[in-house]
Amino acid sequence: MSDTLVDYDDAVSRYDPALGLEVHVELGTATKMFCGCTTAFGAEPNTQTCPTCLGLPGSMPVANRTAVESAIRIGLALGCSISEDCRFARKNYFYPDMPKNFQTSQYDEPIAFDGFLDVDVPLEGGGTETVRVEIERAHMEEDTGKSLHVGTSGRIHGADYSLVDYNRAGIPLIEIVTRPVTGLGARAPEVARAYVAQLRDLIVALGVSDARMDQGSIRADVNLSLAPAGSGTLGTRTETKNVNSLRSVERAVRYEVGRHAAVLDAGEKVFQETRHWHEDTGITTAGREKSDADDYRYFPEPDLVPVAPSREWVEELRGTLPEPPNVRRARLQEAWGFSELEMRDTVGAGALDLIEQTVADGAAPQAARKWWLGELARRANDAGTELVDLAVTPADVARVQALVEEGTVNDKLARQVLEGVLAGEGTPDEVVAARGLAVVSDDGALSAAVDEAIAANPDVADKIRDGKVAAAGALIGAVMKQMKGQADAARVRELILEKLS
Amino acid sequence: MPETQQQISADEVAHLADLARIDLSAEERERLAPQLAVVLEYAASLDGVAGDDVPATSHPLPLRNVLREDVPQPSLTAEEALSGAPAVEQQRFEVPRILGDEQ
Amino acid sequence: MNDVRRTAAEAADALAAGETTSVALTQAHLDRIAEVDGAVHAFLHVDAEGALAAAEESDRRRASGAPASPLDGVPVAVKDVLATRGQPTTCGSKVLEGWVPPYDATVVTLLREAGLPILGKTNMDEFAMGSSTEHSAYGPTRNPWDLGRVPGGSGGGSAAAVAAFEAPLALGTDTGGSIRQPGALTGTVGVKPTYGGVSRYGLVAMANSLDQVGPVTRTVLDSALLHEVIGGHDPRDSTSLPDPVGGLVEAARRGAAGDLTGLKVGKIAELRGEGYQDGVEERFEDSLALLEKAGAEVIEVACPSFVHALAAYYLIMPSEASSNLARFDAMRYGLRVPPDGVDDPSAEQVMRASREAGFGDEVKRRIILGTFALSAGYVDAFYGKGQKVRTLIQRDFAAAWAQVDVLVSPTSPSTAFPIGEKQHDPRSMYLNDVATVPANLAGVPGISVPNGLHDGLPVGFQVLAPRQADDRLYRVGAALESLLEQQWGGPLLSQAPALEGASA
Repeated sequence: MSDTLVDYDDAVSRYDPALGLEVHVELGTATKMFCGCTTAFGAEPNTQTCPTCLGLPGSMPVANRTAVESAIRIGLALGCSISEDCRFARKNYFYPDMPKNFQTSQYDEPIAFDGFLDVDVPLEGGGTETVRVEIERAHMEEDTGKSLHVGTSGRIHGADYSLVDYNRAGIPLIEIVTRPVTGLGARAPEVARAYVAQLRDLIVALGVSDARMDQGSIRADVNLSLAPAGSGTLGTRTETKNVNSLRSVERAVRYEVGRHAAVLDAGEKVFQETRHWHEDTGITTAGREKSDADDYRYFPEPDLVPVAPSREWVEELRGTLPEPPNVRRARLQEAWGFSELEMRDTVGAGALDLIEQTVADGAAPQAARKWWLGELARRANDAGTELVDLAVTPADVARVQALVEEGTVNDKLARQVLEGVLAGEGTPDEVVAARGLAVVSDDGALSAAVDEAIAANPDVADKIRDGKVAAAGALIGAVMKQMKGQADAARVRELILEKLS
Repeated sequence: MPETQQQISADEVAHLADLARIDLSAEERERLAPQLAVVLEYAASLDGVAGDDVPATSHPLPLRNVLREDVPQPSLTAEEALSGAPAVEQQRFEVPRILGDEQ
Repeated sequence: MNDVRRTAAEAADALAAGETTSVALTQAHLDRIAEVDGAVHAFLHVDAEGALAAAEESDRRRASGAPASPLDGVPVAVKDVLATRGQPTTCGSKVLEGWVPPYDATVVTLLREAGLPILGKTNMDEFAMGSSTEHSAYGPTRNPWDLGRVPGGSGGGSAAAVAAFEAPLALGTDTGGSIRQPGALTGTVGVKPTYGGVSRYGLVAMANSLDQVGPVTRTVLDSALLHEVIGGHDPRDSTSLPDPVGGLVEAARRGAAGDLTGLKVGKIAELRGEGYQDGVEERFEDSLALLEKAGAEVIEVACPSFVHALAAYYLIMPSEASSNLARFDAMRYGLRVPPDGVDDPSAEQVMRASREAGFGDEVKRRIILGTFALSAGYVDAFYGKGQKVRTLIQRDFAAAWAQVDVLVSPTSPSTAFPIGEKQHDPRSMYLNDVATVPANLAGVPGISVPNGLHDGLPVGFQVLAPRQADDRLYRVGAALESLLEQQWGGPLLSQAPALEGASA
């Protein structure tokens, strides 16, 4: 089943893409949306269920206050209006991983609506362009269980039977829906990616979810349609599901643009349908066709009463909002004097918080950047881990830098200090002491080593005496070798020049 | 409202049974269709009774903001959770193969 | 005194006085069940072992001088729509045959905590859908007054169990009259409390915005005693009122003195006339005259929207029910039936076949109706229209409370009808609920008190009160009961035919 695709540049020269994103965020609350079951990831199957989240006959839901507050905070961070009185609704459809065969969600009364996110989209030549993505709504709902498909193929199609674990059923979800984003032209895929990335950062900054795409705690559905260039209309859209990385968001949009264009070029109609994204092959395949069967028979959930956040409550929650990530980024760039490129690399490496803390612990911004994006980034890369997961704290890094500036260690020794800290040998000072890494500042020992080096290299010494100061490097090297690196190279140089002047 | 005067046909019953996931037999569809007319009559009898200015009441109580603190409560054991299951494997509910997609 | 003839209040007194024990009382009721339930079929499941064990514990508590409640040791029957841990809960449906919940409904927990031995689970129309208990997948319950007639429904099992002296107390549930109408048809007392006054957690929902758990007893005082055990706030039910329930027993005792001076009673103009049997209307008028004699002022009150209540009810109730019953899909619990002639069926095919096999006609009918009323393009014309009429009914009640303290009507337009008569005619079956549904739509409390016979069959008198004024039901109900019993020379049920011969 391979689709005909139109070359991307050709497609966007003749069609205008319209983008829509539906992002589901699994909240990091201690308990589920409507019951007191815990939400820890990776528990034994069906050990985090109760009559309510199993949908047992007679069970009833009670909404989680923290989940409601998280929804309001997300809404406020997205500049949304917060409903004064909204209800939950039942979305009725049958699926084995949904215990009640309806999802408790919100329908025409979302808790948050009419907001926006200003997305910084990187420009090719450096710098960024800000694209405003309008948010239609953010509403509360619950997650489903998880099915394991058993059979020869291991996939849903062709499985012999399935095994369902309801631990995830009922975990709170916030669904954030954009309005169609138009006028993006060829940049639609990048904007889609940048939107999801920035939304993820916002969610993390709010502390409402770990927002890990790899664990499914943030999931994106990508809607795309094409209209003839300049027509100002909206075409028929497809909804691509299961897009679980930032790169895939970009690729899925790009793929659907090419596929839609081919369908339209052939004079055919795009089916309004759900498409599945395949990470491995980088294509989408047809899923369920949207039809009359999508009759969800929404009605207000009679077992829950409306949520009517008082304005005082909303303002109290507004007071807990962190600085928006893009504002914070601009503020730090200014304060640290980083270039655009340095800042982008910092953010890209996930080092923003680390550098901020290292600076707070006393290091100069550029020094902090040098350690985290240099030596430590290399070590994280070698270990296949993230910077934040390294066994070194911003305070350690600040102390190492201080040791360099005090002259206790040089750069080379400093790297050994970090190695020791990473190996669990203790604080930087403990490593210095234990490994005996402090530079030798005893001029007697150094002087002897210099004399030895001069005696061993008379030709070089002569050159220096003749004024060829650059030749001192060879002697410095010899001294450092003699001292096993534990010397201050600048002091060695001074001594050599003194003795040979 | 004219549509409330209609009969529900056996075909329409078949569609509704499909939405409701019930394999009604042809005989049942024929038998149920005229019985469904009672609800159409009820609906028709309400034409014009409540004007546009009358709000809908979904609930008999004026309660608001009934919320639970985010504090874990004991769950069922897996054994209890699975106690009513028609089939169990690997501590999970065994269900027949699933066709079609998640919504 | 024969233990099964005692009212719950009398039994409680006898226990307190040491005249009987809970074990004796419980065993007497189990014996009575063994004797007559073959004919009545009020029970779907009897838990002799569990009830006797609870009775023994009760007797121990009492011996140590620490009874758990005034009703400690008095046995009770529970409608099979309430979840009972360790006891089957079928809701009268094949779909749940053999299902044993891993949890108790809150009201069941409260019964256990108060020390009431649970005799068993009572029969009902499947998922409480019906007014005759003929729609039980396990066969109909018969009216102890005439075994050829229905006991009303959906809680015909609880009402018949109490009427046949198989239990002194029972729990019912009332969505459109399922406690009050069987009360009327069996000559027993049934109370639908204020919506939110009793927890619904563990009540297998038919229509969540209408359902309410309530007492089914032989006397008004017994209902008050049971209501105080099961009432009050439950944090597991979001629609539970925050206020405690109380003062009901006191109101019943005060009412029994028979003085209603200063009480304003409104007879609902719309709930009589066409469709009401003459004998039902006559008993109603007799009772009004008694209330006036007791000092009440009776006026006629217009509730013009009540004529639309039944229509609104039959748009709203199936809508909620169709969604509630979606969970019975053969995946997690309940009946799983493979489709005929399909190799390797899919989950969806198994769902369809299981629901077809597991649900009875009336349930399918309401699921289809509800699916229709909620479906795209129809939701405003059906479900939405019902909800607007609901607003009008609430307004009628509000206007009435400005004029009177309670509203009254016949509970049911007719006495018990022969089994089979209306089973396949939904239109006439649904008319049984005409006088009871307005209370559910508005969330107000209501009681049915037996107020005489028509052609040898019981008739019921309904009292409705404002939300959270349940105490008024007990005051007026107890007054009427005591005035009538003075006339009759004893309880109405003493006029019922003996059942003993029927058990053979």
